[in-house]
Amino acid sequence: MSASSTDTALRTGTLARVLIYTVLIVFAVYYLLPLFVMLVNSVKPLEEIRQGNMLAFPRVFTFEPWIKAWGTAQIGVQPTGLKPYFVNSLMMVIPAVAISTFMGAVNGYVLTKWQFPGHRVVFGLMLFSCFIPFQIVLIPMAKILGLLHLAGTTSGLVLVHVVYGLGFTTLFFRNYYDAFPTELIRAATMDGAGFFRIFRRILLPSSGPIIVVTVIWQFTNVWNDFLFGASFADFDSQPMTVALNNLVSSSTGVKEYNVHFAGAILAALPTLIVYIVSGRYFVRGLMAGAVKG
Amino acid sequence: MSFLEIKDLHKRFGSVEVLKGVDIGIEEGGFLVLVGPSGCGKSTLLNSIAGLESITSGEIRIDGKIVNDLHPSKRDIAMVFQSYALYPSMSVGENIAFGLEMRGVSKAEREAAIGKVATMLQIEHLLKRRPGQLSGGQRQRVAMGRALVRDPKLFLFDEPLSNLDAKLRVDMRTEIKRLHHKLGTTIVYVTHDQIEAMTLATQIAVLKDGILQQVGSPDEVYSKPANMFVADFMGSPTMNLIEATISQGTDCLSVEIPQEDRSLSLPVPNAPLSLRDYTGRPVVLGIRPEDITDLDGADPRAEHIAQADCSVEVVEPTGADTFVVTQLGGKEVTGRMRNASGLSVGSRVPFAFNMGKTHFFDPATELRIA
Repeated sequence: MSASSTDTALRTGTLARVLIYTVLIVFAVYYLLPLFVMLVNSVKPLEEIRQGNMLAFPRVFTFEPWIKAWGTAQIGVQPTGLKPYFVNSLMMVIPAVAISTFMGAVNGYVLTKWQFPGHRVVFGLMLFSCFIPFQIVLIPMAKILGLLHLAGTTSGLVLVHVVYGLGFTTLFFRNYYDAFPTELIRAATMDGAGFFRIFRRILLPSSGPIIVVTVIWQFTNVWNDFLFGASFADFDSQPMTVALNNLVSSSTGVKEYNVHFAGAILAALPTLIVYIVSGRYFVRGLMAGAVKG
Repeated sequence: MSFLEIKDLHKRFGSVEVLKGVDIGIEEGGFLVLVGPSGCGKSTLLNSIAGLESITSGEIRIDGKIVNDLHPSKRDIAMVFQSYALYPSMSVGENIAFGLEMRGVSKAEREAAIGKVATMLQIEHLLKRRPGQLSGGQRQRVAMGRALVRDPKLFLFDEPLSNLDAKLRVDMRTEIKRLHHKLGTTIVYVTHDQIEAMTLATQIAVLKDGILQQVGSPDEVYSKPANMFVADFMGSPTMNLIEATISQGTDCLSVEIPQEDRSLSLPVPNAPLSLRDYTGRPVVLGIRPEDITDLDGADPRAEHIAQADCSVEVVEPTGADTFVVTQLGGKEVTGRMRNASGLSVGSRVPFAFNMGKTHFFDPATELRIA
């Protein structure tokens, strides 16, 4: 393909271009400013922040707020820092993401390749679950967790997130597997492979992009969840988001803004890393099947 | 008894009946081609034999054993799919061996089997590659290798050549025929291409709307089509079907084709009794393009050549032959001429009709009369 044919947009004038880039840069700065403020202030001593001017670079550079936020800050009543809650979040997010992704994959496989009478209705209901607001399920979910003796535990949170994520993961995998050639399943059936063997040997090796999409989606949602964490967790199973809230809103003593900023960045870091590492698959995966060729 | 035997097979999808009572059999080592236009039920029939579709009623026997409710993998059959259906995440070798692996064949035996099949199909150098790195023809070979390696009782081919370009298709067709000849396997082959059907089959089954129209050897189906559908479907260009009437001539029956000015009368020598009953009644005259020629090109062994002047409407040279279109009985009629030089559109030239190779059909029932 020649170089000129890749340029499909109409040539615009220099003035228009300057205008476009100005607007883009303004918006980029506008969206990056909060991150900048957080980063800059998380490495300043508290006195510098108190003097005002949040946008200034630090005069004295220190990692003290980060260390404090991680290890010694007062969360609620205990001076434990965010560390144990970070671990809580990991203990919750890893199984929740793994289980919901796996179950979504199996659901998608069954709904496309082992269709049963009424499979459309089942899928419709699962899709509907994506649109149920969190608040509506709080009380019934609390009741169920109580019945299962999972109230206030990390396992309980895992269950909540798996149930809530299943609609989305099923949707992702169903749409992906829908485009997967059925003849391959038939060929494997005639070759003598059974339900799970076909899934493991034929479908899963081709599911890379959609697994990445689902994992990013689920990881971000589960990690960032505050409502379920605040509602269903005990002190020793609270996730990072709830702990961050407790750190920031604790009313005793001075407000250590630098520690708060560091804590907030720590809380956001895992989703940021997941997105940076596999983000290009996310866009590619979301687009998969949208356009042919 | 036939090796593969299908009796009164019915298949419904909801309220739609796709197969309406199909009876076919094929001998061991035979090559049965199911041919018909799209939507005729030929792929459904093949999938029923494979066990990929359940059947509504009827009976399928393979080697004397009823397989109606047997799982596809237990029927001892292998299938080559239209899209080849190669597993994208496995190498060519793994693809070929997958069926053996699922059946618990040891690795050493698998390797030996792969090697043998790869040599037969000349794909040894491809064994390490992924299907995505192969060309269409190579994928086709791998798909056949995957079927061959299991050495099943019955091979099923579902339009295996339809995704190849024209030249490769002809090559692979020859290759499939050679393999069949060499291995003596029993094959059921689905296609919508009547030329593939003619070249490959020992038995052709023509299907339309889920009903079997005719089963027979390629020669039978071609030279004695059972009805107008088969006559029209088999052969390229298609058979000319002309509305006409039968009348009693001076010494034999003749067929009258109405023309604008006066009707064209062609003698029908040695007309069978069945055609005599139609004297004075309308029939459909069928005559293949190769039986309408220029005078020099007429079959020298033909006993009854009738001549008529017709005006040339279209001239289509194909290289070896030239197809000439004229009008007879209000229909376009194609003839095949050896020597087309001097033919110009609009001119009237003599056409030679080989009256020994005509077909007659009842216009109401569309069935063959003679």
